[in-house]
Amino acid sequence: MRSGQYGRTLRRLTTYGFVTLGALASIFPLYYMVVGSLQLRADSAFSGLIPKAGNLGLQNYRDVNRAISLLPSLGNSAIFTLGTVVLTIVVGLPAGYALARLRFPGKPAVAGGLILVLVLPFQVLMIPLYILAVRDYGLADNYLGMILPFAVNPAAVLIFRQFFISLPDELFDAAHIDGAGEVRTLLLVAAPLTKPAILTATVITFIGPWNEFLWPFLITKKHSMQPLAVSLGEYVSTNAATAANPYGVILAGACVLAVPVIALFLVAQRYFTSAALGSGVKE
Amino acid sequence: MSAMEHGEPAEPAAPAEPAEPAAPASPAKPARRGRGGPRSKTMIGLYLAAPYVVYLIIVYAVPIIQGFRISVLDYVYAAPGASVPQPFVGLKNYREALSDPLLRRSFLNILEFLAINVPLTVILGMTLAAVLAKLSRMKTFFRSAFFVPYVTASIAVIGVWYFLFSQGGLMDHVLGSWAPNPSWLVNSKLAMVVIALEVTWKQLGFYVLLYLAGVLLIPDSLYEAASIDGAGPVRQFRAITMPALRNITILVTTLALIVGANLFAEPYLLTGGGGPNGATMSPALLIYQKGVEQGEPGVGAAIGILLTLFILLVAGAGAGARRLVQAREAA
Repeated sequence: MRSGQYGRTLRRLTTYGFVTLGALASIFPLYYMVVGSLQLRADSAFSGLIPKAGNLGLQNYRDVNRAISLLPSLGNSAIFTLGTVVLTIVVGLPAGYALARLRFPGKPAVAGGLILVLVLPFQVLMIPLYILAVRDYGLADNYLGMILPFAVNPAAVLIFRQFFISLPDELFDAAHIDGAGEVRTLLLVAAPLTKPAILTATVITFIGPWNEFLWPFLITKKHSMQPLAVSLGEYVSTNAATAANPYGVILAGACVLAVPVIALFLVAQRYFTSAALGSGVKE
Repeated sequence: MSAMEHGEPAEPAAPAEPAEPAAPASPAKPARRGRGGPRSKTMIGLYLAAPYVVYLIIVYAVPIIQGFRISVLDYVYAAPGASVPQPFVGLKNYREALSDPLLRRSFLNILEFLAINVPLTVILGMTLAAVLAKLSRMKTFFRSAFFVPYVTASIAVIGVWYFLFSQGGLMDHVLGSWAPNPSWLVNSKLAMVVIALEVTWKQLGFYVLLYLAGVLLIPDSLYEAASIDGAGPVRQFRAITMPALRNITILVTTLALIVGANLFAEPYLLTGGGGPNGATMSPALLIYQKGVEQGEPGVGAAIGILLTLFILLVAGAGAGARRLVQAREAA
C-alpha cells in the first residue's frame, strides 16, 4: 500500500502547510510591529523585515514616552480595566447565581434584559450615555465614568449563570438539608467552586476596557486621565506628523499597549479559548 | 443554553448574541434553573440580582429612553446646572440625518464591509477549523497563533496597518510598479477594502474557535460512514462539515453586521476621519461627528436609532433569505 502511504503523507503535509501559512499571516503584523518599533529610521523596504544592527535601538520608546508619558497612561488603563473586572465579579456573580438557581419576581425580565444588552448596538447609547455621564452624573474625566458602561460585562454574567446551572443539584440539596440559607449556600458551597468561572470571566472582561478606544476617548479630555489606548490614539491623530520617525514612535506605543494583554493571553489562554469554544458549542 | 459568551465584552454592542432566550438547556441536562429547593426563598434571589438590575437601568434603560427623547428635541449642550430651552422639533432631526449623503454613504459602507468580511471569514474560518480539528500535534500553538490578533488592541493593530499601507510602505514595495495610485488609505476605492481586511484579520481567530467548537461536535461516525461510501476529504467537508456549521455562519454574519456598524477607531485614525470623501465613513463615526464635534446631539441620537432600524432590517432580510433557501432545499 505504498501509494496510500504517500497519499497520507501528502495530505498531512498539505494540512500542516495550510495552518502554518495561516499562522504566519496571523502573527506577521505583530512581528512587524515589534521590528518597526525598534527601527531608528523607518525602513519599509523588504530588507527592513529583518532587523539591522545599525538601525536598531530604543529611541522610539523614549520618544513615545516623552509624547504621552507611558506610565501614567498605563496606570489609567489598569484602573479602568481592574475596576471593570472587580465590578463584573462583585455584581455579576450573585446575579448569575440568582438567574441560575433561584426563583424571584421579575426573573424573566432580568434574563431578557441580559440577552437584550448583548445585542444592543452601542451607537444607540453613545449620545444619550455621553450626555448623561458628562452632564447629569458629572463623570467627565473620572474613572467611574470610564468604567460605567463596561462595569458589568454581560458575557461574564452569562458565564456565571451557565456555570451555576452546570453544578449538580445534590450539592445544593445537601446544603439546604444542613440548614444553610441561600446566601450561606452561595458563599460556602458555590463560591469556592467558581474559580474557573471567575478566571474565565476575568480574562474575557479584561481585554474589553484595556483595548477600548471610543468610550474613554469621549469621556476624557484631560491627558492625565486617559488610558493608553486613548492617549496613543490621540497622538496618532494629532502629533504624529511632527515626529522624526512617526511610524516607529506609534509602533513603540502599540507594543507597550499590546504586550500586557498578549502576555495575559499566553499565560491564561485555556480560559480564553474555553470561553470562545464554549460559546460556539451550544447554539 | 444559547450562551454565545462572545469574548468581546468591550462595547456592550459588539458581543451580539442572536437571542434565543427561550432556548432549552443543553439536551443532556434538563433545565434546572429556578430551583431553590423546598425552602425556596424568593426575595433572596431578587436581592442578589438587584445590583445588576440597577446597573441595567442606569446604563441601558435610562439612556435608551433619553436617546428617543433627545432625538425629537433641539437639544443644546449647556453648562451643568444651566437651564436652556430644549424645544420639541418632531422629526426634524431625522429628516436632517436622512438628507445627509454621508449617512447613506456610511450605510453603504457597512454593506461593502460585509461583502468583504463575511465571505473571507466564513471560508477561512471554516477551513482552518476543519483542519485544526484534524491536527495531532501543536494544536495549542496554532490555536493561539490565530487568536493573538483578536486580543490585541485595535489601536495597536491600526499602528501596524498604517505602517504597512502608507505610501511607500511595505505593501507598495511588495507590489512594486503595481502599487496603487493614489495610495491605499487615500484611495476612495481601496481604503474601505484595507479596513475590512484589517478587521477580518483581527477577528478571524475568534471565529476559527467558534467553528472549531462546531466541528468538534460532529460525530466521527458520520465521516467514517462517508469514507466507507468512498467520499474524499473535499466531498466530506461539503456534505458533512459545511451543513453542520450553518448556525455558526449565521452568528458570524450577525456579528459582522454589528462590527461594521460599530467601526470607529479604524476610520477615525487610519483614514483620517472616514476619508477619502466619506469612503470609509462609519455610522458610529458619523454619530460622533454630528453629536459631539458639531454639537448636534439630537441628530446624533436620531442616527443611532435609524442605524438600529437598519441593522434590524439587514438582519431580518438575511433571515428571510435563509428561510427561502431552506424552503427551496426542502422542496
